[in-house]
Amino acid sequence: MVEAIRFRDDDTHEEPAVSIEAFLDQSNATAVRIEAGEDARLLLPLLDRLALVEIDFPAFGDGRGYSAAQILREAGYNGELRASGDVLVDQIAYMRRCGFDAFAPDAPIDAKVMDEALGRYDEVYQATTDDRAPIWKLRHG
Amino acid sequence: MKIITGNDLKTGDVTWWTGSDWSRHVEDAVDVGENFEAVMQEEEATRRVNVPYAIEAEMTDDGPRPAHIKDRVRALGPTVRPDLTLKPADPDAGNWVI
Amino acid sequence: MYQYDKYDQQMVDTRVAEFRDQVERRLAGNLTEDQFKPLRLMNGLYLQLHAYMLRVAIPYGTLNGKQMRMLGHIARKYDRDYGHFTTRQNIQYNWIKLEDAPDILADLASVEMHAIQTSGNCIRNISSDQYAGAAADEIADPRPWAEILRQWSSFHPEFSYLPRKFKIAVIASDEDRAAMRLHDIGIQLVHKDGELGAKFFVGGGMGRTPMIAPEIRDFVPADELISYAEACLRVYNRYGRRDNKYKARIKILVHELGKEEYTRQVEEEFAHMKTLGLNPPVEELARISEYFADPAFDTNASDDLDLSDPDFNLWVDQNTEEHKQAGYAIAVISLKPTSGIPGDASSAQIDLMADLAEQYSFDELRVTHSQNIVLPHVKKSDLYALWQKLDEAGLAPANLDLITDSIACPGLDYCSLANARSIPLAQKISERFADLGRQRELGELKLKISGCINACGHHHAGHIGILGVDRKGTENYQLLLGGSAAEDTSLAKITGPGFDEDGVIDAIETVTDLYLKERQEDERFIDTYRRVGMAAFKEAIYG
Repeated sequence: MVEAIRFRDDDTHEEPAVSIEAFLDQSNATAVRIEAGEDARLLLPLLDRLALVEIDFPAFGDGRGYSAAQILREAGYNGELRASGDVLVDQIAYMRRCGFDAFAPDAPIDAKVMDEALGRYDEVYQATTDDRAPIWKLRHG
Repeated sequence: MKIITGNDLKTGDVTWWTGSDWSRHVEDAVDVGENFEAVMQEEEATRRVNVPYAIEAEMTDDGPRPAHIKDRVRALGPTVRPDLTLKPADPDAGNWVI
Repeated sequence: MYQYDKYDQQMVDTRVAEFRDQVERRLAGNLTEDQFKPLRLMNGLYLQLHAYMLRVAIPYGTLNGKQMRMLGHIARKYDRDYGHFTTRQNIQYNWIKLEDAPDILADLASVEMHAIQTSGNCIRNISSDQYAGAAADEIADPRPWAEILRQWSSFHPEFSYLPRKFKIAVIASDEDRAAMRLHDIGIQLVHKDGELGAKFFVGGGMGRTPMIAPEIRDFVPADELISYAEACLRVYNRYGRRDNKYKARIKILVHELGKEEYTRQVEEEFAHMKTLGLNPPVEELARISEYFADPAFDTNASDDLDLSDPDFNLWVDQNTEEHKQAGYAIAVISLKPTSGIPGDASSAQIDLMADLAEQYSFDELRVTHSQNIVLPHVKKSDLYALWQKLDEAGLAPANLDLITDSIACPGLDYCSLANARSIPLAQKISERFADLGRQRELGELKLKISGCINACGHHHAGHIGILGVDRKGTENYQLLLGGSAAEDTSLAKITGPGFDEDGVIDAIETVTDLYLKERQEDERFIDTYRRVGMAAFKEAIYG
């Protein structure tokens, strides 16, 4: 069982994440935490200052964080994107597709189950920010 | 009286707490008084039942009868398909349900 | 119709393996019911009143004989020998065991079917016009568009934990046979400057707060369809309400923001989405469209029909529709016999319908949102033989769109959300109005019954609607008048205080009597109601 999961080669960012409000107010923070319902687009002008964005999932059924992640990746953010909170093992594959590359779940996750889930689907139907080629592209070259 | 009901995890069958086990027949249900939280937690944790809940019931000559119409329908089966109820051979079996 | 390629097949096969693994983890205790519930729901598996219930997707209501026969097989092998066709053009089974569910999904996958996203707060099965590809009035076949949307919405990583469920319908004619504007997104295919595209309506729905979707864009080109849908969904996923599940549907967001503001946000998101390369190329729509090419119609088929058998004559008059190809007809099999359960079919009936589709309808069937089955391409010269076989099996009630062709949700006989039973009402109404001459005298009359406020029985959209409620522990029924799910979409209004079961049937008779008295020329019930107004009907019912 694992409590912190990371799909990045760089070192873990140690600085504690601040709220969006605090981040916009102070110039030197490099890590920010987005609560569900907060507007990820507020960060877009300042993405190059950020090394870590943590997006919180207050409940596994609250899917706003998936869109927040996509928005950041679509805008070119390539720092760490961490999902924290009520993150379940069966959700991690979709979160990876939306650009998350680190996970800090409230409850530990069975790494074996996670690896199986991540390797399960060979292909995907949609284009997302993970750059996997969707099935329609495979069909038409 | 208060009785506990739920569904069997594997089969989905409606079941009733007998004090030591689960029965498909509401007639086997026992009064649990206010002591239902502990039973439900234990039984759900051991997966002998799925989504148990306690309900009000009335004891009759034929056994416990749930107070709410929904649990009376659950106790026997769909009123529109007597052949699929727990007592398909008895045309009067559903008289107390509605 | 569409056929899976290796990719589509691999997706459903993988889904079976994934769900098998999830079920095993649940049975072993590694998943709690809270954690498992969204996973099973995304595979259509509910826990209902008596057992698990499995809802199988029938994308845009289209299936072939082999698939239909598999539905019969599942009814026989895993259930209690019947299935229930639903208002979402799907089928559901009421007596499923959790431990069997993965095997059932595997059986379905073997005939290119699945139960993916037939429940849960995700994009549900795409619905469409049940006469697609056969209707004389369509400008194109809407199903290739629905299939593009099916693939895009399946396993969508961003939109699988929406505030609430999300339903999309696609039609391609001015006559709306799919309740398009009562969907979260309703799409109507239209031509603009010779190009085929999609008109978008967003924010319709029934449930406890019924709304008719406003039009938010008059034209989306084929190669931007997915970008536009993504934009609609992203605005909803970000801003739809999550504090109250009764206010979480997109209709509430569109209503609270206002159509203009919602549209503005969608347009802004759309401009961004267009830059991301989300759309399949037009070649993909072309590839899919080839599967929906017309079958090999006999262009010399005759329109002549021998109608000397009076019962056959009635059935042809009531249950067949004009086909785009001369010499052919669309035949509707009514699953609403007198005293029957609307939408239920036995495995034997399902098998027979599969056989008849293969024999008489180029191997195609459709499921309608009013819980009937369609054989879309029947040669007129075959209609008599078809009708005889249907009649023998109890599948030839000649009551399409008449008062006994009612929609009814499963209600309190099966559903854990219901407050009152729906089916017994439908049965009693079918008995009270059993005389076919009387039904035909009343003409088109859409009667829709829901057993609770969630409105699965579409009571808001009934010319006559019935809503079952719980009044101090007993079943009570409210009567509604004036709804329509067709192109003249309207929402029904409650007449007044509710009734018991017999009372509401008496009230319906009072209402239909008044209609016959007030009717001018060839007015339908709904026309007379709209002209005369609620007051007169109220007066007749309550005095």
